Amino acid sequence: MTITTDPATTATRTYASYAKPLWQRVIATREFAVIALLLIVFFYSRSEVPAFDGPLTVYYLLLDLAPILLIALPMTLIIITGEIDLSVASTVGLSSVLVGDLHQHGWSIPSAAIAAIVVGILCGAFNGFLVAYVGLPSLAVTIGTLALYRGLAVGILGTTAVTDFPEKWTDLAKERIGDSSYPVIIIPFLVLAIFFVLLLHFTSFGRGVFDIGLNDEAAHFSGVNVARTKFLLFVMAGAVSAFAGVYFTLRFGSARGDNATGMELRVIAAVLLGGVSIFGGRGALHGVIAGVLLIGVISSALRLEDVTDNIINIIIGLLLVISVMSTSFLSVVTRATTGIKKRGGSRPDERQQLASAHTEGKNE
Amino acid sequence: MKFNKKRASALTALVASAALALSACGGGSDSDGGGSGSDGKSVSVTFLPKNLGNPYFDTSDKGGKAAVKEFGGKFAEVGPQEASPDAQVPFINTAAQQGVNALVVSANDPKAIGDALDEAREAGTKVVTFDSDVEPQFRDLFINQASAEGIAKVQVKMIAEQIGDKGQVAILSAAANATNQNTWIDLMKKDLAANHPDIEVVDTVYGNDDDQTSFDKTSALLQKYPNLKGIISPTTVGVAAAARYVSDSDFKGKVKVTGLGTPNQMREYVKNGTVDAFALWNPEDLGYLAAFAAKALVDGDITGKEGDKFTAGKLGDYTVGKDATVLLGDPFEFNKDNIGDFDF
Repeated sequence: MTITTDPATTATRTYASYAKPLWQRVIATREFAVIALLLIVFFYSRSEVPAFDGPLTVYYLLLDLAPILLIALPMTLIIITGEIDLSVASTVGLSSVLVGDLHQHGWSIPSAAIAAIVVGILCGAFNGFLVAYVGLPSLAVTIGTLALYRGLAVGILGTTAVTDFPEKWTDLAKERIGDSSYPVIIIPFLVLAIFFVLLLHFTSFGRGVFDIGLNDEAAHFSGVNVARTKFLLFVMAGAVSAFAGVYFTLRFGSARGDNATGMELRVIAAVLLGGVSIFGGRGALHGVIAGVLLIGVISSALRLEDVTDNIINIIIGLLLVISVMSTSFLSVVTRATTGIKKRGGSRPDERQQLASAHTEGKNE
Repeated sequence: MKFNKKRASALTALVASAALALSACGGGSDSDGGGSGSDGKSVSVTFLPKNLGNPYFDTSDKGGKAAVKEFGGKFAEVGPQEASPDAQVPFINTAAQQGVNALVVSANDPKAIGDALDEAREAGTKVVTFDSDVEPQFRDLFINQASAEGIAKVQVKMIAEQIGDKGQVAILSAAANATNQNTWIDLMKKDLAANHPDIEVVDTVYGNDDDQTSFDKTSALLQKYPNLKGIISPTTVGVAAAARYVSDSDFKGKVKVTGLGTPNQMREYVKNGTVDAFALWNPEDLGYLAAFAAKALVDGDITGKEGDKFTAGKLGDYTVGKDATVLLGDPFEFNKDNIGDFDF
């Protein structure tokens, strides 16, 4: 059997000819907008904020952002499936306390770190089990485990802190790669980022993640193992959060039950700013990474201008609200310019445009 | 709110307007804030309290600001919302990036912020701690609010004055294993034995820095020792609880309460006559001294060596003591005449 293809027909039948024009698909994406905004703010700060152009800026920026960058990776996948994990920061705290407490009892840092990561995996598995196999809503489950894991963390060390870590390890957490201004923590981050990008955007597992977010029943009937996918994502979130907790502890040389309190919201804010739909089904990791960096650059630049934290929070909060508002605005504009009418569903976004592009394709 | 900088607001405006770029209509309007560079010569001092919105640090930073204004430097106050060491680190890093001349910090942990302080010092920033110290190798100078001897001395002086140098007194401490409390109590007992032979310390009880426990212990003390003349409580929680108990009981006016307290906690009892006087340091002076010490370090007048001398404006001359420590002086006595001047 031979398959004959008519180059002329295939050329006309590409996705491009049914969807928005190419320039619009490149320029008018949330990811591109976030990256553009990141670049604008970064270069503006470099030229206008004294000391931002210094050698320490990028270094401190990445040191501070590392835990958020790390946790944002699995969080992106979880939110794309339409779920959420609010317990990540509590897992960071628990892992931090475990490292401190085990070290106090004579464990070496690597073995304490491995133990903390194992506990992180168990935390994630517990979340994943309740969400994927028991079928409880992740919002409720992880609000519960947010309190539960934090409670355990504070319970173990009480109000005391362990600050007595070997310098070898606390130095490693702040080490630079060679003479560059990049801390070594970005190496595990890059490895994980590549892993998650491949997983999300280049595997059938990742395709399944999007499908679940669009419609988990349809995903189930088209052969996606919905429960297993969700379970694994929560396990990954637990493991990565625990790793971030180990880093956090060594970076600040301080294991406390209240470490990283509230970080879950900073992670989620960055993920949403990065263009991931809170309803699931839409998002990309490059946007999320840009979102985390954007929040970091803004905070850093404003802090260098002696703006206090609460005002920085207000600004980032406004930015998030504006960006979410602009999403609806963006979809209105694209619908108007491409002539694609809103159909039945309540969520006007690219899904429907995609669907309509598909059906039009078939009709031809 | 500190929104006084043109460039900061320009940056904010940029961020807000550039955020509109997300709506795909492009156009992050480039509002230029203009470059008002720092004026090179003046000394820049950044205060980093344990947390913001804390009346105690508001008062100390007020003193610091006044001092910086006096010597014509550049003052900034930054800080986290929560008093935790990891929240302080980014602010220390920022000070290093900015290359501020001096950072005046009250540490949330004696060790955890040490590395960050070291990095700031490598970047050329002088580090002064006040109120709460870090380990000596991480800073250039510590401004000590009060010495153990000073604290013991002033409390003995107050109780002796209030009860007429005669009678039974008891001590309401914090925890039994609180090192600083025990040091003060030992010193007080020695002072009393040597200089006030007619005052007898009948008991020492522990309220664990818990309001209710301290309240109950006060009650128990007064039942047990009907002839008790005074209670010394060298802890802010204890002294307030003891004053509250005495104020609401028949012992009001008969039993004197004194110790270490804050004006806001004790105001009511000073006004209603339960408490004649209590002591603490003056945080405003503490901040003022810290700022002048920072300037002296930046100017190279002192290096933190024992015996170094500098002048701190209206507070006069100071000498650096052991372990690069400067002592503010004797604790400050609060009474009905001056308590109105303080709010912390």
